[in-house]
Amino acid sequence: MNTPKTLFDKIWGDHVISQTNKNQYLLYIDRHLVHEVTSPQAFEGLKLNKRKVRKPELTLGVADHNVPTTLRDQGINSIKDKIAKLQVETLEKNLSENNIKYIPLTSKNQGIVHIIGPEQGFTIPGTTIVCGDSHTSTHGAFGSLAFGIGTSEVEHVLATQTLVQTKPKNMRIIINGKLKKNVTSKDIILKVISEIGTAAGTGHVIEFSGSTILDMTMEERMTLCNMSIEAGAKAGLIAPDNKTFDYLYGLPFAPKEKNWELAIEYWKKLVTDKGAIFDQEFSFNIEELKPFVTWGTSPENGIAINEKIPDPKQYNNLEKRQSIEKSLNYMGLKAGDSLKDISIQKVFIGSCTNGRIEDLRAAANYIQGKKVSHNVQALVVPGSGLVKKQAESEGIKEIFLEAGFEWRDPGCSMCLGMNPDQLASGERCASTSNRNFEGRQGRGGRTHLVSPITAAASAIKGFFVDVTEESL
Amino acid sequence: MKKFTILKGIAAVMPDINIDTDAIIPKQFLKTIHRKGLGKSLFYNERYTEGYNKNVDFILNKDPWSNSSIIIAGENFGCGSSREHAPWALLDFGIQCIISNSFADIFFNNSVKNGLLLIKLNKNEIQKLSELAMKKESFTVDLINQKISVKNNEINFNVDPIIKDRLIHGYDDIEITLKNKQLIVDYENNKSKFHIWKNIVYEKQ
Repeated sequence: MNTPKTLFDKIWGDHVISQTNKNQYLLYIDRHLVHEVTSPQAFEGLKLNKRKVRKPELTLGVADHNVPTTLRDQGINSIKDKIAKLQVETLEKNLSENNIKYIPLTSKNQGIVHIIGPEQGFTIPGTTIVCGDSHTSTHGAFGSLAFGIGTSEVEHVLATQTLVQTKPKNMRIIINGKLKKNVTSKDIILKVISEIGTAAGTGHVIEFSGSTILDMTMEERMTLCNMSIEAGAKAGLIAPDNKTFDYLYGLPFAPKEKNWELAIEYWKKLVTDKGAIFDQEFSFNIEELKPFVTWGTSPENGIAINEKIPDPKQYNNLEKRQSIEKSLNYMGLKAGDSLKDISIQKVFIGSCTNGRIEDLRAAANYIQGKKVSHNVQALVVPGSGLVKKQAESEGIKEIFLEAGFEWRDPGCSMCLGMNPDQLASGERCASTSNRNFEGRQGRGGRTHLVSPITAAASAIKGFFVDVTEESL
Repeated sequence: MKKFTILKGIAAVMPDINIDTDAIIPKQFLKTIHRKGLGKSLFYNERYTEGYNKNVDFILNKDPWSNSSIIIAGENFGCGSSREHAPWALLDFGIQCIISNSFADIFFNNSVKNGLLLIKLNKNEIQKLSELAMKKESFTVDLINQKISVKNNEINFNVDPIIKDRLIHGYDDIEITLKNKQLIVDYENNKSKFHIWKNIVYEKQ
């Protein structure tokens, strides 16, 4: 009998071209996504070495990181920052010169690279997917091995359609139970990271399984896998099932007709075998989980909304204690503070973590008929043109506008503040993004990571709200 | 890629844990289409108060550490974003080696591909080296013999033999892979592994 294999082992095994050294392999890459920020130097490298793109049809390009979220109908001319504009122009030129498909800024399909991949059916199970962006882990929700790479590796994939990789280890996170109303997969992943830490996943691929995962929609699974990187993991992974297949059926890049049948036949085998061994395993029951909010400058600094901000003195580890003291100082908070007393000035709903239609639906549903607090500027940035269009057709846009939210064009926006959407120094933001690092959303800006429902509710009240207890 | 054999220099101690790539090189500098020129903005938020006015308390603004070629860092150095601008900025500043208890995966890969040597040591060794670095002692990092020498102290380190080979010779990864081009072609023709449904066929416009 064959040794039982994990889902990761199966996908990995089917992509090994050769073993290049002890535990190091040449891996075939099926899908490659490129954007304006991490690709120019890669194309420059190809040109300098007189190399060609090996398989242009396996790469898809879009501009998302530095683009403004207003005046999109002006296309590239909406970018007033000359250096940013040159970067997008360089992307367009590089893709065109190399016959790579590009989704232009004015296309209804444009959006954040990790949102458009699945939307277009470019992301499919059983494949290897890479992109010069750490949140490539998002695509693992479809049972694909998807991970972020640097620019040198982008160049390597363009030139060879392969990567040399050390084989990661297997980690499993089992999540069981039924979530309370208004508690989301964002709250789950913040809880998980607060327990295992931001380095726990280093060198591992995390497979998420358990009853909660089976119950989740594809959007919820994407949020979960998206933040695997915040636990340090190479990738997040969820076994594909009928929900996955239903989501993909008929999408532009998804396999068609006979190929669809062949694909389904293979995809159904993409499960971890009974008895397969994981190097590390964690288990959570989320029945009693409360909405989570981060209070510090690392994604692991999360607590339930009803908990108090921890006291650094309770940590014996000196490095840990100092890091928490530094965080609290930066965030302008002190031990014992209650999250519910903290007032906010900005709210950001969007990003590759929480910029999908379900996120906007949940947030809009919760705040319908209410007004944003006069102290708060609140932004909704749909993850893609298709999400935006869908939200407009469902009346979600009107709910947000009537409440006083700004309704923007798609892009990464305030998640990393490369475009004009940024926090001013000292401003506090309830953000549905993925990183609360110092200065991430703007120098001196203070980021609290939350779910879209918590973000929307907090925009109305002007401070953090427990969405499982209070109605607005 | 620049070759790395032996490095002599001063080491700056940055003991914070989880120093992320946003801190190493903030987003506003990622708009460049070049690899060079990022050193000036390395650790921008901590290094400067406003514009390019130096924060005198920051280690890389103090002599002799403003000429550091080595950083001794807290654990999980380089976590966060995949930006290769982080190792580019470090190298452009003059940092050629980082010593820590642990590094984030993507940052590790990006660094070795650019000739930046990352050395993992245990906490006691890091403590010892940090004390010597604070005393402004000169460090010698010998990659060939896998040894760090400072004054009368010697610490041996482990390094993946493939990475060592690549750094010493300054090999180009793509060139190595393309030597095995036929293996890639064979893989694409191997029907049991390369599934036909994966092919992307553009519909006629």
